[in-house]
Amino acid sequence: MCTVCGCSDGKASVEHAHDHHHDHGHGGHHHHHGHGHSHDHVHGHHHDHADGETGLLDCGANPAGQAIAGMSSERIIQVERDILGKNDRLAADNRARFQADEVLAFNLVSSPGAGKTSLLVRAASELKDSFPIGVIEGDQQTSNDAERIRATGVAAIQVNTGKGCHLDAAMVGQAYDRLPWLNGGLLFIENVGNLVCPAAFDLGEACKIVVFSTTEGEDKPLKYPDMFAASSLMLINKIDLAPVLDFDLARTVEYARRVNPGIEVMTVSARTGEGFPALYAWIRRRWAKAKQAEMAAQG
Amino acid sequence: MHEMALCEGIIGIVEEEARKRSFAKVNVVCLEIGALSHVAPEAMKFCFEAVAARTIARGARLEIIATPGTAWCMACSKSVEIKQRYEPCPSCGGHQLQVTGGEEMRVRELEVD
Repeated sequence: MCTVCGCSDGKASVEHAHDHHHDHGHGGHHHHHGHGHSHDHVHGHHHDHADGETGLLDCGANPAGQAIAGMSSERIIQVERDILGKNDRLAADNRARFQADEVLAFNLVSSPGAGKTSLLVRAASELKDSFPIGVIEGDQQTSNDAERIRATGVAAIQVNTGKGCHLDAAMVGQAYDRLPWLNGGLLFIENVGNLVCPAAFDLGEACKIVVFSTTEGEDKPLKYPDMFAASSLMLINKIDLAPVLDFDLARTVEYARRVNPGIEVMTVSARTGEGFPALYAWIRRRWAKAKQAEMAAQG
Repeated sequence: MHEMALCEGIIGIVEEEARKRSFAKVNVVCLEIGALSHVAPEAMKFCFEAVAARTIARGARLEIIATPGTAWCMACSKSVEIKQRYEPCPSCGGHQLQVTGGEEMRVRELEVD
């Protein structure tokens, strides 16, 4: 669905494995008409909810008691459903598929330009002989990132979200269909560069990894706490630039742990390769742990 | 602007409920939004009107019940209320907090005809 107006055409496109040179133009024909002109605003029986007394909590009061006998009366329907319930169900489906394939999936999130793709290019090149690897790339437009990954010889599918600001579980499920079988391998999902929205959307990953770069300012974890709270690992990238930036590592880590006391932290440089052996060791530990859990579950 | 996507989720729930419980008009959609959730209530109201426009929820009023953020302070061994994730424990000033509530984003109830 279009995230501009909620209409049902032209939101996201998932690249096909065999036609990635095609330009998936979409949305060119997609006009946004103002919605305001077509309303029939019949506000016949607007109830007062006595905001003064109990504030918004009053919306639980039953207005049916005020209805005139014989007239169609309003009903209060208890719903109690999570707004993201549908995404969460699809994420659970993805998680089950990853588990069945013994694939360990990571959801990489960051602001634009933190270096997620450079980091993945290096990791994909250096891990591809040890694991089957697949990459799902999320961007509003272009297949540039997927092409960079494919240049390493690793399979990658680009998802263009159009106007969307995040990947959702449905997009990842479709992209996963188009990847080769990653039996016992690693799936890296590179989310849209955005420190806000992707925090809310479970994709079925084992965990989120937030990539933070030394050029961004130490207080990013405080400015965008949701993302740092949702992530298990913070990778501090561009650590080779730290000396020229007067980057304060201790303060960054302190801020991140204010938001998420349990977050793990590693410093890396996608440019020089510094810190990557420790990252690979972390990935292998996670992989071994997942494998162990799987075997324990099978008895 | 993930509020747009969240509003699509709300409309999806309303439409499903309409099929299940046979109603044709929605007057009020009541949400429960936690203080530590991923939602800015004002942005939500703005988006809801646009997303609801051509649906069964057209013209419906969005009411938001704000639920407080709560956390377990490991240092104090007690539950405390927080307004933001990075806030210190109001008792000890520390940051050893584990969020326990206030992340809800739910459709609580509908007022329908």
